[in-house]
Amino acid sequence: MMDFIMLFDAIDQTTKTSGKVNAIVQYLEEATEEDKIFAIAILMGNKPKRPVKTTDLRAWAAEFSSIPLWLLEESYFIVGDLAETLMHVIPKSNQETAFHLVTIFQDIMRLQGADIGEQRSIIIDYWTRLNGTALFVFNKFLTGNFRVGVSRKLVIKAVAKYLNAEEPVIEHQLMGKWNPFEETLQTLFKVQTDKHFLPYPFYLAYPLESEPETLGNISDWIIEPKLDGIRGQLIIRQDELFVWSRGEDLMTDKFVEFNELTAILPNGIVLDGEVIPWKEEHPLDFSVMQTRIGRKNISKKSLQDAPLVMVCYDVLEWEGEDIRSWPLWKRREKLIELLQTYPVDHVLKLSVSKTFESWADAATFRREARHYHAEGLMLKHKDSPYEVGRKRGRWWKWKTDPMTVDGVLIYAQSGHGRRANLFTDYTFAVWDEGQLVPFTKAYSGLTDKELITIDNWIKRNTIEKFGPVRSVQPELVFELAFEGINRSSRHKSGIALRFPRIVRWRKDKPASEANTKEDLLQLISSVHESNS
Amino acid sequence: MKLLSVNDNGLYCNVGDFYIDPWKPVKTALITHGHSDHMRWGMAHYICHHHTVPILKLRLGEENSVQGVEYGEEFEIKGVKISFHPAGHIIGSAQIKLSYQGEVWVFTGDYKLASDGVSQPYEQLRCDHFITESTFGLPVYQFPSAHDIYAAINRWWKKNAEEGYNTVLLGYALGKAQNMLAHADRTIGDIYLHGAVANVNAALNEVGYQFQGERITSDTDRSRIKEALIVAPPSASDTPWLRKLKPYRIGMCSGWMQLRGARRRRGVDMGFPLSDHCDWKQLNQAVLQTGAKKVYVTHGYENVFSRWVAEEYNLQSSIFKTLYNDEEEESA
Repeated sequence: MMDFIMLFDAIDQTTKTSGKVNAIVQYLEEATEEDKIFAIAILMGNKPKRPVKTTDLRAWAAEFSSIPLWLLEESYFIVGDLAETLMHVIPKSNQETAFHLVTIFQDIMRLQGADIGEQRSIIIDYWTRLNGTALFVFNKFLTGNFRVGVSRKLVIKAVAKYLNAEEPVIEHQLMGKWNPFEETLQTLFKVQTDKHFLPYPFYLAYPLESEPETLGNISDWIIEPKLDGIRGQLIIRQDELFVWSRGEDLMTDKFVEFNELTAILPNGIVLDGEVIPWKEEHPLDFSVMQTRIGRKNISKKSLQDAPLVMVCYDVLEWEGEDIRSWPLWKRREKLIELLQTYPVDHVLKLSVSKTFESWADAATFRREARHYHAEGLMLKHKDSPYEVGRKRGRWWKWKTDPMTVDGVLIYAQSGHGRRANLFTDYTFAVWDEGQLVPFTKAYSGLTDKELITIDNWIKRNTIEKFGPVRSVQPELVFELAFEGINRSSRHKSGIALRFPRIVRWRKDKPASEANTKEDLLQLISSVHESNS
Repeated sequence: MKLLSVNDNGLYCNVGDFYIDPWKPVKTALITHGHSDHMRWGMAHYICHHHTVPILKLRLGEENSVQGVEYGEEFEIKGVKISFHPAGHIIGSAQIKLSYQGEVWVFTGDYKLASDGVSQPYEQLRCDHFITESTFGLPVYQFPSAHDIYAAINRWWKKNAEEGYNTVLLGYALGKAQNMLAHADRTIGDIYLHGAVANVNAALNEVGYQFQGERITSDTDRSRIKEALIVAPPSASDTPWLRKLKPYRIGMCSGWMQLRGARRRRGVDMGFPLSDHCDWKQLNQAVLQTGAKKVYVTHGYENVFSRWVAEEYNLQSSIFKTLYNDEEEESA
């Protein structure tokens, strides 16, 4: 019989999606009923919260492996993954215990309520009995962030194949957080009416890669400024309100502004839109939202500083009826009507639909989108139904070009996961009165080949090592792109970038030709000029 | 005054006025083994184990002045007694032992204690001053036995062959390639070689080694290569040369394959943690068994290993900053 560890290995050892799907299907065919439900939960990233403190875990592992804690920490810096580090340092066990998923999960739940001594003894008991991949996977359950090499989409595909069901149905049934202890395959995958809290799968747009003229007549398209907030679905059913983010987090508690809507709007309604802080008739910067979301308790002050609205662009359910198959123009008419009928104007806004004479006019708006508090345009065909997942053809996002700056690499740190043991996390600096001041970190954007070359360069050009971080000779220049720039009191440089990433290695530029802090400050004022 | 120290050119013996594995051109260079970070171009005179001689001529040119020595053979330069001893790293690899005025120094070069079934096994030496590499000087590096890995490789090759795939094994052309070839099970299928591997095999043949496998040349009929094992250096991955061997599954043999991140970054189907270096346990064992009072740690995780040796064993331990770059995944 294929156990979860064999499944993990099979997924881990192939890069082909068909191989991964087949492995999951085979597992589902062979595993016990209760293991299946737990395996699906884990593969979907739905698992109990971290049951122990990782600092405790490190201390116990060092003691159990007879090495000093500093050596374990150094090893962790290199490996980049605590669970894997522990697997390698923990002494080999000579007993091999079967990896029984449900029992392990029960023990993990037990850990959450246990005192520290009991936690330690439960964990050390497992460490004495597990080896290799089983030990690694067990540690992964303890350290959080367990990502098996499959996307949600692949798991859904495999489950659908196994149950001989349609993928969108399975996706709908697997949305949100469900408790594997309370579900069976029957309850989870039965069409049920009482799952009234569930959102519909989001319809996502691909970026527009060709010229907009290829889309045909501009009058066939509904064109909206693309706002930079949190995409969400707002649901009112059975006198309850639910707000889901696109990441499928239930965020109702964070968005208290919408609570009153249950008293205003009728049941059986689902709206799709952008949740965004809003004041004086226009949206506030995303950084305002981030500060608000980061707080555990929403104070009166944060409610005043960052009052949220939803800018609505779609209605998916009306009077309890799923209307996703309606053409967009008809859904939009319904949306306009309901926003006018009910007194919701202070928290629900209608997403603006722009009328352009030509694609050229649209392109002009897009280029200057930041001046209109937008990050580009959304192009939606007026006849489009509300589809499932990311689909090409009828919805496109057409974002404005990112801003760019040339920065000098000054610090490097080794990455995690696939990039562990390789210096891939970089800090960049710009010039300020003859000094280099760090202003951002960036991780992605280079090819593996470039990463290896730069990694070698870093090892040869290290000035100093501070734990996992190295300072390097300030020689290499990189072009960095980002979506937003703002003043920030939280960053040393006084500047915060949104979505910074590396565009390319400017081998043609010496460090002296990198940008200056002055350039960045000018960029900030040019972007925000028209906003204020 | 220390008998050995590091200067801009390399590891230097001031009494004998010679270098070991220098990285800049010097007059006299003692060479531990034939990997490119230890055996560099431009020395007026090379001294190495005689099995390294053909490698040196292959890689650096026939015209070089090279003196081959036997393991254990003692000779003198300006009063410093010198001998080469098996390091167990690759064919011809040596630890270099220096004795002067009753003090014994050993530089390991690259080495390993565990047997690989091909290179002459490591010889345990006693010394006062021990200079050790630390490529895998972290407790997360504890390798399975090479012989278990050879068996796993053969099983994998067999499975691939049954499913109609070629098996491509990537490993350093000098060392890993010969280890794999010496243990590949010919009953599973044919064995083919990348030119770089075949060149090294031909050079080693001059000193009596024979390895199986047929060189792939531009004339080789690729349609004949079916369910075969193909041994190639890591640089062959992602090349048109390799693509012509489709369909294949590809595996990488390197100590770095011990970590998932490295395995996945390589984008190979399988990673085998086959190393020609000491792992954590072997490094510890080596340090203790030399009886050295003073340990110098070079290339690898020198900070960590040096601190560990000092704290755990109460030995004097310091770092020698060298330019040997086994940090690169290719060679380890």
